[in-house]
Amino acid sequence: MLDAADGYVTEDGRQIGGVVMEMKNITLRFGGVVAIKDISFDIREGEIRAIIGPNGAGKSSMLNVISGFYVPQEGEVWFHGAPRPQMRPYEVARQGIARTFQNIALFEGMSVLDNVMTGRLNYMKTNIFQQALWKGKAEAEETENREAVEKIIDFLEIQHIRKTPVSRLPYGLKKRVELARALAAEPKLLLLDEPMAGMNVEEKEDMSRFVLDVNDEFGTTIALIEHDMGVVMDLSDRVVVMDYGRKIGDGTPDEVRNNQEVIDAYLGVSHD
Amino acid sequence: MPEQLVFAMEVILNGLMAGVLYALVALGFVLIYKASGIFNYAQGVMALFAAMTLVGIMNGQVPFAHLINATFGTHIHYFGWNVPALVAILLTMAVMVVLAWAVQRFVMRHLVGQEPIILFMATIGLAYFLEGVADLMWGSEIKTLDVGLPQGINLWLDEATFNIFGYGFFIDNLDIVATVIAALLVAALVMFSQYTKQGRAMRAVADDHQAALSVGISLNFIWIMVWSVAGFVALVAGIMWGTKSGVQFSLSLIALKALPVLMLGGFTSIPGAIVGGLIIGVGEKLFEFSIGPLVGGATENWFAYVLALIFLVFRPQGLFGEKIIERV
Repeated sequence: MLDAADGYVTEDGRQIGGVVMEMKNITLRFGGVVAIKDISFDIREGEIRAIIGPNGAGKSSMLNVISGFYVPQEGEVWFHGAPRPQMRPYEVARQGIARTFQNIALFEGMSVLDNVMTGRLNYMKTNIFQQALWKGKAEAEETENREAVEKIIDFLEIQHIRKTPVSRLPYGLKKRVELARALAAEPKLLLLDEPMAGMNVEEKEDMSRFVLDVNDEFGTTIALIEHDMGVVMDLSDRVVVMDYGRKIGDGTPDEVRNNQEVIDAYLGVSHD
Repeated sequence: MPEQLVFAMEVILNGLMAGVLYALVALGFVLIYKASGIFNYAQGVMALFAAMTLVGIMNGQVPFAHLINATFGTHIHYFGWNVPALVAILLTMAVMVVLAWAVQRFVMRHLVGQEPIILFMATIGLAYFLEGVADLMWGSEIKTLDVGLPQGINLWLDEATFNIFGYGFFIDNLDIVATVIAALLVAALVMFSQYTKQGRAMRAVADDHQAALSVGISLNFIWIMVWSVAGFVALVAGIMWGTKSGVQFSLSLIALKALPVLMLGGFTSIPGAIVGGLIIGVGEKLFEFSIGPLVGGATENWFAYVLALIFLVFRPQGLFGEKIIERV
């Protein structure tokens, strides 16, 4: 069923579309260290795709390749059916790929609202002189984008901290603000680097709910990294499993759970 | 009112005006430091370069005249026209934008991610290079700059204070104009960074490069913009100082006067640069007035640095700088 070009239907009845992004034989090296070794997989429209694996498996490196922060030595990244030329991270972002970071990268000095507004920068087309005049076009544009941002702030339930400087927020809320900023860009593909890392059970549940809601409400395609198996299995439609830079499994959560190589990687295996 | 107090008031007023000029230079430092973490040693030379370019364009000087004449055996020095001040200022601004682009393209772009000290060294190199280019382009003679700013004693203030205190204050018109322009400049900069899209992007870059990239901001574009804005501030400072004391190479030394201002105000705060400038300006004038005669004068040469040193001991981040907290 996964081979159908026009997608598949999930267990809970969501229609998953065609391939949005395809990684073809990606290899990434840092000097002599091979971080990613000949990995291929695809991401389909509307699905939640997880990349899992133990620490140091190369998951974050893979996300950095997708978002343009790393340039792989070999392989191609296909986006919307065409190979993507080498791009800088900001160019990738302008193509509609938004992301969050493992170690939260927010603008600490700005308020929550301003942080989320930066996600809309690519929708603001007025030039520097119109901006300086402020009246007319620039003002209308600001209002319009502000409305879009307020919607997302409501959606993620962070209205009460809109004006708070980000540096004063607790960890869990920061993660949520980062998600809001990424969502503000109305991305075609949303990349989440360990969205639940370092959270307590309650925060994890909240975040899981938001990820599902985002996917459900906006139909956003999501690729996320996580090393907490439990969370991933409940959330995702399909899972790629990495270990030491190789792909050792790819399929639905159930398929992956029963894959012997995956079990070995996670539980360890005796070599006798 | 006792005579001494009236004198002191005049000294304070003059100090405030001088402080504004220091603040103008310091402002250029703060802009670049905030956005890219680079301490731009060349800011003073940029002010010199801007002022020289402005004079050169206004007088219709041929750029690189010496070089051209030496190569081709010609004797051209002037185009033979004069450019109106406003047009010349706009042209100079264009030159400063080109300079900003060149600095980013040929120097800073290749040093992204390097240690701050390396970036600092690069700006020292840039300072001397730019000084050489300015010399080659426009020659090294001292020139007067007159863009039509009022100069000389403000008679109205003189008369008004004479009527009140029985003693007329000597306040230079140029200082008053400088104060007004500086206030407008700061207001414009604050509005720009708070309320415009580019300003928001600039603050974003200042805060976190990675995050800025991830929302689609081109660091390169923002840095060129920041260097251009710093160039504009340098131009304003160059006009003020150039009008006051002539366009000459010692103009680049005003950068050194901006250092204590930055230590007082903090390297990352625009209001800090203003307040720091005012404190230094008033402080050194008042010190010279009250203590100067006791120690043989010339305290203005060192007072600012001693004040900065004291600040470094007790409040290293300056009055408005970001607090330095190191987590272990």
